[in-house]
Amino acid sequence: MKKFLALLLAAAMTLALVACGGNNNAGNTGNAGDTGDSGDASGDTIKIALIANTTGDNAEYGISVRNGAMLYIDQLNANGGINGKQVKVLEYDDKGDGVEAVNAFNLAMEQGITAVIGSVLTGPTITLADATYEVNMPQISASATAQGVTQIDPDDESAGIRTNVFRSCFIDPFQGQTMAHYASDKLGATTAAILYESGSDYSEGCMNGFVEACEELNIEIVATEAFATGDKDFNAQMTKIAAADPDVVYMPFYYTEAGLAITQGRQAGLTATILGSDGFGSIKDYASAEDLEGTIYGSGYAPGTESVAQFEADYQDVYGEAVPNMFAPLAYDAAMLMCEGLKAAEEQGLTAGSDEYKQAVIDAISSMSGVEGITGSYTFDEYNNPEKSVAMIQLQGGEETFTEFYAFN
Amino acid sequence: MSYVFSQAVNALQLGSIYALVALGYSMVYGIILLLNFAHGDIIMVGAYVTYYAMTSFHFHPLVSVVLAVVMCTILGVAIEKVAYTPLRSAPRLSLLITAIGISFLLENGAQLIFGTDTKSMVQEPLISGSLSLGDVSITYAALITILVSVVSMVALTILVQRTKLGKAMRAVSEDMGAAQLMGISLNRTISFTFAVGSALAGIGSVLHIASYFQASPMMGSMLGLKAFVAAVLGGIGSIPGAMIGGFAIGLVETVVTAAGLSTWKDGVVFAILIVVLLLKPTGILGKKITEKV
Repeated sequence: MKKFLALLLAAAMTLALVACGGNNNAGNTGNAGDTGDSGDASGDTIKIALIANTTGDNAEYGISVRNGAMLYIDQLNANGGINGKQVKVLEYDDKGDGVEAVNAFNLAMEQGITAVIGSVLTGPTITLADATYEVNMPQISASATAQGVTQIDPDDESAGIRTNVFRSCFIDPFQGQTMAHYASDKLGATTAAILYESGSDYSEGCMNGFVEACEELNIEIVATEAFATGDKDFNAQMTKIAAADPDVVYMPFYYTEAGLAITQGRQAGLTATILGSDGFGSIKDYASAEDLEGTIYGSGYAPGTESVAQFEADYQDVYGEAVPNMFAPLAYDAAMLMCEGLKAAEEQGLTAGSDEYKQAVIDAISSMSGVEGITGSYTFDEYNNPEKSVAMIQLQGGEETFTEFYAFN
Repeated sequence: MSYVFSQAVNALQLGSIYALVALGYSMVYGIILLLNFAHGDIIMVGAYVTYYAMTSFHFHPLVSVVLAVVMCTILGVAIEKVAYTPLRSAPRLSLLITAIGISFLLENGAQLIFGTDTKSMVQEPLISGSLSLGDVSITYAALITILVSVVSMVALTILVQRTKLGKAMRAVSEDMGAAQLMGISLNRTISFTFAVGSALAGIGSVLHIASYFQASPMMGSMLGLKAFVAAVLGGIGSIPGAMIGGFAIGLVETVVTAAGLSTWKDGVVFAILIVVLLLKPTGILGKKITEKV
């Protein structure tokens, strides 16, 4: 019996060793630098770190970001890289944890990186941003939407911003502003009502942006109603909104609740155009075509449109699956923006890894004006958030149809 | 005027569903002093049964409805047999914890079996259309919800007050030991109570999906909690109390929202629970012990 146990233990250990060996070969889980020549960042490669949560909770977002960013960089390298140099990506998994993200960053620093793409979830991205800000390392996230990623304290303007941190997705209040401008510009709306999910940062962030822009645009807000997470009955709220008879109703929340709210609103006699947020994706299955007709929402990604067609085909080729969500194309753009920054620094002939080089990358990104990505054109505002064109998607005959890219300034 | 009328219909529609669910809570509490927290989740199962019957198997709506009610009844009795009967002589707390456990089991089981996404049958609704009365319109779903709940409540009252089984239920509720000595089968009576309570949950689930089109694994938890508040408000254990409580909660939610305080809606409902428990723990009709089931 003892012998058997010993054998079993030995077998288990052997297996574990083999498994570790496999990881080393793959070289993408925190030990990417094994083969790297420490400290020497110049030569014929430019090293950047890609930090994403490719395991653990919400790993599907991290994997999408990794795949999207790698697709861009592999294509770039295949086309000759930047300034004749190949871009070498050191991949790290932060497991959605801020401490892991900073550890990964410190490891990457030892390898002489010049830029960071990541992280994915808002929490670790903010922790990581604190670390990159200290050494002025260029950083871009494809998916962290909270204001606190680029602003040190969103409630206190004087705390300043992390000038080195950027993102390729738009922030929540920006979505609200865009929809208000769209309502005014394109729909000629002068009155609006709002239904939002109380206690949701996402919903309230969007709503705040919408309200702010409505004040500027002289759109009168005739009703503001709330519901709690998990509610199914919006009859009372929608009856109230219908009685106020607004031109548009803004609903910054997800498709399941939005489907119910729209159906119940139409039953209560609401005729206004419904404006939604990027949480409206796949709403067509959650309310009837008739009730949805004319509903418009802004999204970070419009599947099947011209600008992403090539990306979608390439993604399918390389990864053997369709683009799973908006994070993959946004990460493709994030990698593109960072590489554009690197290109600018390279063209100035600076030494990779030096303070001037990093500053040149940052300056290049922050001064971008209308750089075309696959999900829209990029200009960065004073808070390093992209003022992007938003893909407007309209419900027509029960289908979610892309209509135009809209930017309000 | 039409605004007030519409909001009144909204309140009645919401209140009817709360009342039906609260009845199930109250009946079970009345007979074995158990707060059956799995009750809300039985509604969730009923909603899924209706959804799959209608969309995957394309049954006639009436068949789907009957199937949902029957499945809920079977599930309710099965839960009673498996989880509660073995604990009949155990402390009340063990029963309560078991009920919470069953609730978690159903919620997580549903996520495993049906997936975590919300299923919507808005494209093939159970009841569609609405009735126009001058400048106001009522959806048929709302109308049927209100009618069916009133009919169910009348039927339940007759069942409890006028039939032999009802008499047995009242006897067990009053004194379990004495009822047993009088030759009343305890197991049969308790199972019957669970069956009726769960059938009401089944009717509630059908009405819920007729009005709100959706089935999701967690849909029963908040609904169950609100119905629990309704049952406590009306006086837990009392059948007319559960009805009054249900309609009162529906009315409060609608009035609070209509008054422009929609952010406070849930807060007000749970504040009512606290106030009732502090000031009059027996609820509105809780004193009339003879009306316990």
